[in-house]
Amino acid sequence: MTLTDLSQALPGLWEGMKVTLELLVMAVVGGIVVGTLLALMRLSGNKFMSAVAGFYVTYFRSIPLLMVISWFYFAVPLVIGMVTGTNRPIGAFVSCLVAFTAFEAAYYAEIIRAGIQSISRGQVNAAYALGMTYPQAMRLVILPQAFRKMTPLLLQQSIILFQDTSLVYAVGLLDFFNTSYSKGNITGEIGQYIMLAGAVYFVISFGASRMVKRLQKRFTV
Amino acid sequence: MNSDNSAMIRFNQVNKWYGRDHHVLKNISLEVKQGEVVVVCGPSGSGKSTLIRTINQLEPVNDGEIWVDGVQVNHPRTNINRLREEVGFVFQHFNLYPHLSVLQNITLAPVKVRKMSQADADQRGMELLERVGLSNKRDAYPSQLSGGQQQRVAIARGLAMQPKVMLFDEPTSALDPEMIGEVLKVMQNLAESGMTMMVVTHEMGFAREVADRVVFLDHGEILEQAAPAQFFNNPQCDRAQQFLRQVLAPMHG
Repeated sequence: MTLTDLSQALPGLWEGMKVTLELLVMAVVGGIVVGTLLALMRLSGNKFMSAVAGFYVTYFRSIPLLMVISWFYFAVPLVIGMVTGTNRPIGAFVSCLVAFTAFEAAYYAEIIRAGIQSISRGQVNAAYALGMTYPQAMRLVILPQAFRKMTPLLLQQSIILFQDTSLVYAVGLLDFFNTSYSKGNITGEIGQYIMLAGAVYFVISFGASRMVKRLQKRFTV
Repeated sequence: MNSDNSAMIRFNQVNKWYGRDHHVLKNISLEVKQGEVVVVCGPSGSGKSTLIRTINQLEPVNDGEIWVDGVQVNHPRTNINRLREEVGFVFQHFNLYPHLSVLQNITLAPVKVRKMSQADADQRGMELLERVGLSNKRDAYPSQLSGGQQQRVAIARGLAMQPKVMLFDEPTSALDPEMIGEVLKVMQNLAESGMTMMVVTHEMGFAREVADRVVFLDHGEILEQAAPAQFFNNPQCDRAQQFLRQVLAPMHG
């Protein structure tokens, strides 16, 4: 692999990285939203909702991500087709996004549940004593504090997700890893391109992880 | 609805159990009149904190009635959130919201619960901070304040809802000795302004000077209630006498 080869490959690799990052950001946001709902259901007094959320979390934490990705690749178009009544293909990106959101939500839910439970009873009482309802107390007092505490853990989980996005290789989505792989395939230098991709994943993950550690120190002081 | 219109808080035969065996409140009947300041004292574990927390239903009761300003708080059809807006509560551990500034702590409930405009709430919040002597701390966060300052902010936060009653649950027990005075002074000013107050405290100096009546509680029972002069100089029951000896002269109790 010469520098000329690399410079020719760069625009394509950048396109791949954009797919990876888009998938990552959307799955993190979606996962945290769904995860928060799951955590609230899990902690609610309603036994049925709590059991549903508990089952969801246990289920998705007990099956391989690769399986979820392949499964959703077939299932998501079917479900969307049934709901909308059309039969258009929706593409690997959307089904991967749904798969990651659903899968990560289970992990985020456990982090968020622990975060909510770490807020002292006194904070809840102070909110109630001022006439707040349960949703108001949650939204205005408990969740803002819980998320501050949880941010390092949520970020750490998102770094793992960043690495896991490479599994979309299984359904042929051209993310950063898959793009690198196919570039290598064209020139017959698969090993070198995978090494390059690995270095990029390492630098980003390691750098982000160090930043989270710093953040954590600042939060705990 | 209420037999005596001047009763702001009224307990009628209130009982509470923790589990099956632990009878924490026994046949409590008690009245606090409008504008009255009542201090509740008693040994630790006597049920004082539980008693004061039942008034805004942070602790539910098993039977009996509790009324605040003509509304029965433990009636299933009472909107407890509406009622709590009228009842200010100050906690032993302040429980300020650590993620909000001092002024935001005070204005949160008026804006979100009372639907007051932010501008009005800010203005009222500043007046209250002035009143508790902390207007220069409006943008500070609770972690930057001393315990005494935090508790004064907590009092201002309670007052921001313009409550009819203020309840204090051991407001100075978590404070360093040198900060107790500043909090008691704010409470004294509040009492002099005519606020109806119920205060659980071990500060006998405050009870003597500010209270209209002292209620002595032991093992979940009201054993004695009297004007401070009478309670301190001539306590009737043995356990009150013993309690006063321990509190007033701990080395010789």
